[in-house]
Amino acid sequence: MGSVDVFTPVLMGIMLGGLYALIALGLSLVFGVMRLINLAHGDLVILSSYISYAIFTYLAVDPILGLVITIPFMLLLGFLIQKYILGRGFAISSETPLIIAFGISLVLQNLNQILWTPLSRGLNTSYSHMSFFIGERQFPVSYLLAFLAGIVVMVGLRAFLTRTYMGRAITAASQDKRAAQLMGINTNRIYGYAFAIAMGAAAVAGVFLGMTFPFTPTSGISFLTIAFGTVVIGGLGSMLGTFLAGIILGLSQTLGGYLFGSASQMLIVYVLVLAILAIRPHGLLGR
Amino acid sequence: MTDETILKIENIDVFHGTFQALWDVSIEVKRGEMLALIGANTAGKTTLLDAVSGLRHPSKGSIQFEGEEIGFLDPYQIVELGITQVPEGRSVFPDMTVLDNLLIGSYAASARKRKAENLEKVYDLFPRLEERKRQVAKTLSGGEQQMLAIGRGLMADPKLMLIDEISLGLAPIVIDEIFRALHKIKATGITVLFVEQNVNRTLKEADRAYILERGRIALSGATADLRENQEVKRAYFGVDTCEVK
Repeated sequence: MGSVDVFTPVLMGIMLGGLYALIALGLSLVFGVMRLINLAHGDLVILSSYISYAIFTYLAVDPILGLVITIPFMLLLGFLIQKYILGRGFAISSETPLIIAFGISLVLQNLNQILWTPLSRGLNTSYSHMSFFIGERQFPVSYLLAFLAGIVVMVGLRAFLTRTYMGRAITAASQDKRAAQLMGINTNRIYGYAFAIAMGAAAVAGVFLGMTFPFTPTSGISFLTIAFGTVVIGGLGSMLGTFLAGIILGLSQTLGGYLFGSASQMLIVYVLVLAILAIRPHGLLGR
Repeated sequence: MTDETILKIENIDVFHGTFQALWDVSIEVKRGEMLALIGANTAGKTTLLDAVSGLRHPSKGSIQFEGEEIGFLDPYQIVELGITQVPEGRSVFPDMTVLDNLLIGSYAASARKRKAENLEKVYDLFPRLEERKRQVAKTLSGGEQQMLAIGRGLMADPKLMLIDEISLGLAPIVIDEIFRALHKIKATGITVLFVEQNVNRTLKEADRAYILERGRIALSGATADLRENQEVKRAYFGVDTCEVK
């Protein structure tokens, strides 16, 4: 271990923040478009981690390469969940999908437990435990990869939402559903696409989370909490805001640990979320 | 205006939950005309437009567009057929640019192929929208937002344009500009059906008008005749105000 000055927790925090943002982007998209707090988001991310684990363990395909399977699988799963489960809930009332999402969360936790046992797993590739050095300081490669993946997904989602017809339709539906319908947008189908894309982002998040941290069938809850804090700080439906918020949370966690000891690092994170909400209830870049 | 009927609404009832908003309403719109719907708040004007747009479905009666029944279609299918609605309160997409708002107007497959052509037409009609195309919509003035909402509606390449509360909250000079634009839109062959609270103004601008009262059609006819109608004068222009309602 190199010298532990403040630079180490700062860089670690930024990279960790990229992973948090990556996990939160899908939650932010669904929250922004469908006004739904997807309580199953963390479990869907962990499901992606397990699918990558299966592909890596049984097919010996690198998890990053395995995204060509994981992403389409989660896209399809997302579309089907919205179309056949959540969509029907929206037809009943606006609160129903929230309860359904909670149900999906419980089902996934138990399904993951049955399929993969409660044992802690990890995506231990040849490079996920390697380190890179800046001067004397040592950093895990997996953090850097997760951070880069976070940037790629954030930039990709932004470009998709602003440059394509489907993306603009998703944005329009998130800003004014009634007006969007009057523009000829089939909002039900758009919800399906938005949820599918959010699950595609969750697939990427699951892979890089699995290379960074060990996971169990119930890990989804703690990552949902972090992702929720990230979305709340970043502001509803802002991809850039979500990314910046992820970095703020990551930094507050590592710096909190550096200054006050690792026992209090998550406390610092949640106090910060509360403080930002008190000052800016719509989040940093929220509408 | 021709004698051909483009939209025929026959005896429709529309409910909001258990509240009946429209009672046995029938309206006929001729191709190429400018038709107005007049009525107080809660008379059912917006409900009527929403029924045509497919946001609400009638529980009874029929709505025919170019001879085909559309009363059960969803909003996106109605837009594909060539009916566009400029909603009340403008409802532009606040965080999108002027240009993105216009482009989303041409979302329907039927409108996409004429996107470039229609964009040019909109800029001709409202040059200010071209000057501000990179600006975010919420930073526009009320009048500019109304222009944007109408321009966005034109991007859908409509045959029939429904406009809700044209002049609500706008300055008189802006209202003049909007009505000038509507006459130009009508001149290109698009049928216009608009809702307006200002009866005096409406009877000057439209060809024909229907008057809605508490969800029912109270009166209808050519605006020239309605201007002379004693009932209209009494109810809307305050003539003969001795009579207590």
